[in-house]
Amino acid sequence: MTLALYRIDDRLIHGQVVVGWGQPLNCSFIVLVDDEVSSSDWEQDLYRMGVSPQIEVIFASVEQAAAQFSDWEADARVGILLVGDVETAVALAARVPQVKRFNVGGVHHRAGRTERLRFVYLTDEEASKLRELAARGVEVTAQDVPTARAVPIGEFT
Amino acid sequence: MSELRGVIVSHAAVAQALVAAVKAITGIDDALTPISNEGCGTEALGERLREAVGPGPAVLFVDLPGGSCFTSSARYAKQGGAEIAVVTGVNLAMLLDFVFHRDVAPADAARRAVDAGAKAIRVTA
Repeated sequence: MTLALYRIDDRLIHGQVVVGWGQPLNCSFIVLVDDEVSSSDWEQDLYRMGVSPQIEVIFASVEQAAAQFSDWEADARVGILLVGDVETAVALAARVPQVKRFNVGGVHHRAGRTERLRFVYLTDEEASKLRELAARGVEVTAQDVPTARAVPIGEFT
Repeated sequence: MSELRGVIVSHAAVAQALVAAVKAITGIDDALTPISNEGCGTEALGERLREAVGPGPAVLFVDLPGGSCFTSSARYAKQGGAEIAVVTGVNLAMLLDFVFHRDVAPADAARRAVDAGAKAIRVTA
């Protein structure tokens, strides 16, 4: 198997990811790509607490992720790759052309963002970046949990 | 020492239901504040915590020992400035004990709540 889910979610490791997606996918490792978290032991401890010990959690900066990506893709286990925002997703996809899909799973309200879906709020710039990503051949859909419909990018940007 | 507030931080409406149950059993309705993570990113949940905790002191009762409710609560406890303890695995038994024992420091109240909550979990048949 390989990385089965590439997800943009500002909550990073949380219930929907670990249980909602992790259980049906039989996920054995989670790669959390975030420059800030990858440089903070305290933040890493915090996120590790949400995951059972049999699931490996790997923390990486965007640069580290680009260097190690092929190892994760070749892993015999099933994995989930997480980023916290559109900017990180775009940066990763720019460095790693093998990234061919992103699931927008949770981008929540903050100043400047407008509601696109119940669980997706985007600035116009973020929406534009996602469309550019799609135009470059990355399949971008929005889906919070596996039982929900995968909403195509054209319906929420 | 000002009396402790309890803030319950949960997925969906678990926190609201627990507050309602405590009120139904004890009549106390001013010790606990419910927060849901519904529709919240990290920033919005942090803001809800700030509003609920106020100047503190407080004990944050979180539903799970991981996830967005937990990470936001632990982060807030570390950075929020108020005197705060965080308990995970909230249940009704610990809250019923807590509302009657709020004249202690948050860390002591948290330990007591964990004991009370743990004692309520058992196999009876």
